[in-house]
Amino acid sequence: MTTCFEIARKIRNREVSAVEVVKATLERIRLVDPKIGAYLQVTEKDALEKAQEIDSRLAKGESVGALAGVPIAIKDNIVTKGVRTTAASRILEGFIPPYDATAVKRLRDADAVIVGKTNNDEFAMGSSTENSGYKVTRNPWDLKRVPGGSSGGSAAAVAADTCAAALGSDTGGSIRQPAALCGVVGLKPTYGLVSRYGLITFASSLDQIGPITKDVRDAATIMNIISGRCENDSTSLEAAAQDFTAHLEEKINGIRLGLPKEYFALSADSEVTKAVQDAARLYENLGAKIREVSLPHTDIGIATYYIIANAEASSNLARYTGIHYSSRQTPETGSGSQIFAQDVIDSTRTLFGREVKRRIMLGTFVLSSGYYDAYYIKALKVQTLICRDFEEVFKEVDALITPTSPTPAFGIGENIEDPLAMYLCDVMTVGANLAGIPAISIPCGFSSRGLPIGMQIIGNRLSEGRILQVARAFERETEFHKKKPRIDTDECG
Amino acid sequence: MNGGACSAGRSRWVEFDSVVSVEIHVQLATESKLFCRCASVYGAQPNTSVCPVCLGLPGSLPVVNREAFELGICAALALSCEVSSICTFDRKNYFYPDLPKSYQITQHYSALGRNGRIEIEDNGGARQIQIDRVHIEEDAGKIVYDETTGESLIDFNRCGVPLLEIVTKPWVTTPEEVYKYLVAIKQVLQYTGVSDCDMEKGNLRCDVNISVMEQGAQEFGTRTEVKNLNSFRAVQKALEYEKKRQIELIRQGKKVVMETLLYDDVSGKTALQRSKEQAQDYRYFPEPDLHPFFISGEWLESVRSKMVELPGARRERFIREYFLPRYDAGVLTGDREIADFFEKCVTLHNSPKVISNWIMGEVMKTLNEKKVSLSDLNLSPAQLVELINLLESGEITNLVAKDVLAAVIETGKSPRDIIAQKGLRQESAEDALRAVVDKVIASNPVPAVEYKKGKKTAAQFLIGQVMKETKGRANPQIVARLVLEALDKAAPENPQK
Amino acid sequence: MEIDAKLVEYLAQLCSISLSEEEKISLRGDLQKILSYFERINALDTSQVQVSASGGEQVNVFREDRKGAGLPQDEALKNAPDRKGNFFKAPPIIER
Repeated sequence: MTTCFEIARKIRNREVSAVEVVKATLERIRLVDPKIGAYLQVTEKDALEKAQEIDSRLAKGESVGALAGVPIAIKDNIVTKGVRTTAASRILEGFIPPYDATAVKRLRDADAVIVGKTNNDEFAMGSSTENSGYKVTRNPWDLKRVPGGSSGGSAAAVAADTCAAALGSDTGGSIRQPAALCGVVGLKPTYGLVSRYGLITFASSLDQIGPITKDVRDAATIMNIISGRCENDSTSLEAAAQDFTAHLEEKINGIRLGLPKEYFALSADSEVTKAVQDAARLYENLGAKIREVSLPHTDIGIATYYIIANAEASSNLARYTGIHYSSRQTPETGSGSQIFAQDVIDSTRTLFGREVKRRIMLGTFVLSSGYYDAYYIKALKVQTLICRDFEEVFKEVDALITPTSPTPAFGIGENIEDPLAMYLCDVMTVGANLAGIPAISIPCGFSSRGLPIGMQIIGNRLSEGRILQVARAFERETEFHKKKPRIDTDECG
Repeated sequence: MNGGACSAGRSRWVEFDSVVSVEIHVQLATESKLFCRCASVYGAQPNTSVCPVCLGLPGSLPVVNREAFELGICAALALSCEVSSICTFDRKNYFYPDLPKSYQITQHYSALGRNGRIEIEDNGGARQIQIDRVHIEEDAGKIVYDETTGESLIDFNRCGVPLLEIVTKPWVTTPEEVYKYLVAIKQVLQYTGVSDCDMEKGNLRCDVNISVMEQGAQEFGTRTEVKNLNSFRAVQKALEYEKKRQIELIRQGKKVVMETLLYDDVSGKTALQRSKEQAQDYRYFPEPDLHPFFISGEWLESVRSKMVELPGARRERFIREYFLPRYDAGVLTGDREIADFFEKCVTLHNSPKVISNWIMGEVMKTLNEKKVSLSDLNLSPAQLVELINLLESGEITNLVAKDVLAAVIETGKSPRDIIAQKGLRQESAEDALRAVVDKVIASNPVPAVEYKKGKKTAAQFLIGQVMKETKGRANPQIVARLVLEALDKAAPENPQK
Repeated sequence: MEIDAKLVEYLAQLCSISLSEEEKISLRGDLQKILSYFERINALDTSQVQVSASGGEQVNVFREDRKGAGLPQDEALKNAPDRKGNFFKAPPIIER
């Protein structure tokens, strides 16, 4: 298993060239991705050029960035300069951004090699990647199942080893849940720690970009690169720069870990519950203090989340009109009837998929006159109650351990007709978004069907260092993260 | 008797008052736009001052311009508003091709300043006009229409430019008073450097709401909104027209409908733009991409301390310090540039009344003729003072001085240089002048004779001719004396006939 | 909360999306179901709760008033669905 850390080390030591690594990655994509469908676009030419440039600098003895030559995939709702970015929507079909997202720029500055754009639920709205306007992505562990969403493409690409790591985005669980379903690591940072400049906004007050990786150290390494104050994002934090890898190998004796009882009550699958409880026992053996805690407003999280997120989304997606960028669809009319600008707007916006339309309508409703106080303002107040739950709990414990997803990967098509059922996939993840606190999902077991199970570790604001440490402690003692899916290909995988 | 179910027309003897509220948008005088680093420009090539933020590209985010925010605070203080200590921005959501994000970032639930006022002159006294709110927001792009097809051609240069919105409370007033209000606002905003308020450049826009009610009535009538007002006079004329129109309707027993009207400067009339029945639901909610802003007491004090002297205060000071009449002080302080120019001149030459006369006279006449502002004029305080000194020392005459001023403005050269170059020194040498006087009298025998006959005014003609002959350079007093001497000398006639 | 056809029409107009008849019907059902689910927030007592300023500590984030490089004109217009010269072009406007 080649991690960012290993690849970077080997390239720096000239054991292998950046071009060789990229070529191998591109070959792997060619072999495996037709089955998985993780990629919307593979940027072969750019990737090879960058790799060549890195090799040439190394040959001259020049210094290179911390991620030099490491192949990384970017979720398609993150803008990449000169490279088509669609947010997996037909409404952005030909859109070529003239600028890079800050997170992407920082990866490039660290000499990472961007190999392509990955599939996601359209505008990050979904929990299965089935809402993509372009294609279905399959879970590498079982091609008839979903990879989770909305960052399903990124998680599947990492799990299938078609990149060393990927960037995803998380608004209600969109990094963590697919990471759990695909058996990889996914981190959602504290709100504001990673710049949102260049992230195609879904819900402004909840979105965050984060890493999806094969192990915890890679997640920490990428966080070092992409986090930190950005002058183009007013919500970006002033927090002092941290080295998230600094305390990874330290022991966690005496750490206080809480198990929120409401989360375990919501877990629909006994195998999931068991896997996480086993993990808790392992932590106990490592010297952690485990106790049950309570987050009383857990069950109201989904309603609160979806009211706030959809409200903001209805406004954030209003810019897609077909007037000055994005696809334009002109309505068909009877002969002689004139077309006006408003007609073009109305018609272009039919290019949104079903789920997106649903959320825009819901969001418009909760902001509309007469309902604003009862829904939107009320939801903001309930959000405050949820934040308080976490504040209280973190007085008693240092981190929380929960399942990431109520179930392992479900079948493609299984939940798609029932939007509410799909929303409930997020029940364990939305809390951290609403409170703006960091959370990581790491592999902690497998179901009897061989499907990955993920454990979520939630920490207080700006405690990424600690939750990474707790995650790493588990990883050191287990092999779950090393297991790889068998993808049925013509050659031996 | 007072607006009940009676639908009969109102008698011609019933008097009406008009109630008006005014909404002004001015462009803040900043280098860059409100939420991005694009230059705040005027007249540039289309779509050359844009970026992902003001184009509303996917993934773009706003970051507030500190100077714009502070200018907003300054305006709020200058208008005696209560400044909020917590300030947020809100989104106003609607679809329009000149609005790339399909929402405008403005302030709805929050405002920088509330409950302010401004003083206007009212028949020798003063009157306070109440201001409801002052807030900042971003401008939209500009649409021009293709002449042949009517298609919309959009330029986003203006999109994101910072605007200050000032809204008055509705008040019983006249169109003329509204004009004075606009002049007063413009003056304060120019003084404080908040805005250039140049309606030509489109950086001051004005909409008004007007309703009428019978004098003594308790309830306001239905109002209409009038837009497309491109000058302060247009505002006044539109209000006059609309007031009359509404009164006529009511007198005929009809109802005023709440509508948005556009003013046509050419015809002087208002016409329907759209019915306001279908009010838009803008779904205002707090801008989630921006954190709140806290305006501390210290910050307020620092803005206050940096604020320039406001027009009213400056006018009173001019009266006190420079012993100027109220009228002069009013004219000079009407424009901050002119007031600044005046005071600089006074520091160089302590004759405030003389300087005031020159500025109110020749200088402002020139400004009006050339339709420019003082900063565009090629004249420095030092130059004006030099001119005045030359005049006072007798080196040039008054007539010449006016020409020299024009030449200074034209060429940028100093008065001394121009005088030397054109040989405009006042001719005071009596011998030289006497020669000219003699020549003129010799060439004009008739006036000399008439003078001797007792027609004293004939001398004026001769004096004028001497001045003409010397191209205005001759010292008029000396010429007059010499002419009279010459005439008297030459006339040994008896006064009696 | 009753979601009727008229409300669906109104919402579609507010968010400027042309819906087919079939979509209107299915969306009506979805909205009804989901909004009923949302109503559970009414059960909570929030009378003592103030909406907290997001982020708490982070306030007064500003940018200095300095001009910076924007997009070159051709880059700005690159993604325009339609243009005329250096303007973005759209059909004529009619007041709604």
